[in-house]
Amino acid sequence: MKPANKTLLSFALLTSLAFPITALAQQGESHIGKLTGHSDAGKQLFYRYCWGCHGFRGDGNGENWLPTGSFLEPYLNIQPRNFAAATFKCRSTPTGTLPTDQDLYNAIERGFVMSNMPSWITLTAQNRADLVAFIKTFSPRWKNEKSGEPINVPPEPKLTAESIKHGAELFQKLECWKCHGQEGRGDGPSASTLTDSNDQPIRPYNFAVGARFKCGTSNQDLYKIFMTGVDGTPMPSFADVIKPDEAWDLVHFLRTLQVAHKSPELALWQSTPEGAQQIAARKAQGTPTGSGFKQ
Amino acid sequence: MRTKIGYAAILAVLIATTIALARPSGGTVDGKVTYEGTPAKQKPIDMSKEPSCAKQYATPPTTETVVTGPNNALANVVVYVSAGAPDEAAPSQAVVFDQKGCRYIPHVLAFQVNQELKVTNEDQTSHNIHPLPKINREWNKSQPPGTPPIVDKYDKMEFIPVKCNVHPWMHGTFAVLKNSHYSVSGDDGSFKLPNLPPGKYTITAWHESYGEQTQEVTISGSETKSVNFVFKAKPY
Repeated sequence: MKPANKTLLSFALLTSLAFPITALAQQGESHIGKLTGHSDAGKQLFYRYCWGCHGFRGDGNGENWLPTGSFLEPYLNIQPRNFAAATFKCRSTPTGTLPTDQDLYNAIERGFVMSNMPSWITLTAQNRADLVAFIKTFSPRWKNEKSGEPINVPPEPKLTAESIKHGAELFQKLECWKCHGQEGRGDGPSASTLTDSNDQPIRPYNFAVGARFKCGTSNQDLYKIFMTGVDGTPMPSFADVIKPDEAWDLVHFLRTLQVAHKSPELALWQSTPEGAQQIAARKAQGTPTGSGFKQ
Repeated sequence: MRTKIGYAAILAVLIATTIALARPSGGTVDGKVTYEGTPAKQKPIDMSKEPSCAKQYATPPTTETVVTGPNNALANVVVYVSAGAPDEAAPSQAVVFDQKGCRYIPHVLAFQVNQELKVTNEDQTSHNIHPLPKINREWNKSQPPGTPPIVDKYDKMEFIPVKCNVHPWMHGTFAVLKNSHYSVSGDDGSFKLPNLPPGKYTITAWHESYGEQTQEVTISGSETKSVNFVFKAKPY
């Protein structure tokens, strides 16, 4: 081959190699079940649907949260998630570790009850997977650390009155009532002083009026909440201090605090004499329009 | 006679080497941290929501945002070498952060990157340990009474506020530092940084309410250099 052609050929080869490599380097991926999300596609979606609240830099400082101008009264009651800090509330992984892609996907699909984060079922599953891939580009933690190991949630044991009673003992011993209150109404002695990690005031979950938790609706979700903690909030992880079978007893008891929500646990507790008494005392009484309302 | 001289010679050599080794190598930077002006009044803490802790005090303890001593001494100041010394591997000895009487002891705990931290709970009530880092990762764990110490470590330098959500008056700080040249001032405001090889060092003093100050010091041998820091106190 002539020397000129050789240089031309090697030049062409090198330049052609350069392009796909840089493209791959910028492309982050997410893996949720059979879906693979791509951050380039997620970027388009983020800057259309998400950045108003979550901010241009994904740090939770969107215009919808804090208006620009001389007064700084937040529009939303809970600050949107700061993706740059990579601390997430709803995970299947231990406290302080990164969530799995599935955790982030579930959060987008489910939304966050009693906050301004809607349930994004209006987007396709592929859209949501792409968003997960893009969200992970906001923090360098995703490059340096792997996601935490999801905790083992053992199969739920049989529901019995003893399980509920033991759960009640745990609720006392672990001092959950200090924040959540003796009836789980979010009115414990420490409740009024609670602040989240952004120093914003925050209330503990009120079992008496709720049916959905921040991180799901099932017993498994409830198990994961106190065994992984809700990072970024005052709710700690009890993974080091509760044994897995005891944790299920606590789940069964907590369901009996949700007096406004039908569940097998509540029905079983209602059928016992002491349970029926407690539930009657806690049920709200009065008309739906609020006259004579007694709780 | 010769053996006697021989024994004496060996003894003399041994004594000489022991003396030489026992003397600390390198120089020392020491000094005092003081304040000028009027510091904010520390308020008594109302622990009535936690009777098991409240009863441990004859008079309620006060907040610790500014802790002072005689002669305008400023305590709880972390004085450390911020430049001029290489990063060091963590020592194997763990540091202990204790919860007692619903307070953190010590109020400011200084230790090294990757050094083991042990958090213990001596109280009759549950605490939750909630360090609030911005650079390191944030975790939050519950620690009921009688449970084993919580063990963790941090891999980046940072001054980390620590709080307990159940007991909102509890505040502490983890000072995670890159080398072993640090000292937290006591009630007399004094600090000491020994074992500094010859070189030019930047000494930084950090206080949780009054910020940071730096000074440059040069060590040429095994001398002791005195460096004092004066912080401006704010009445609020």
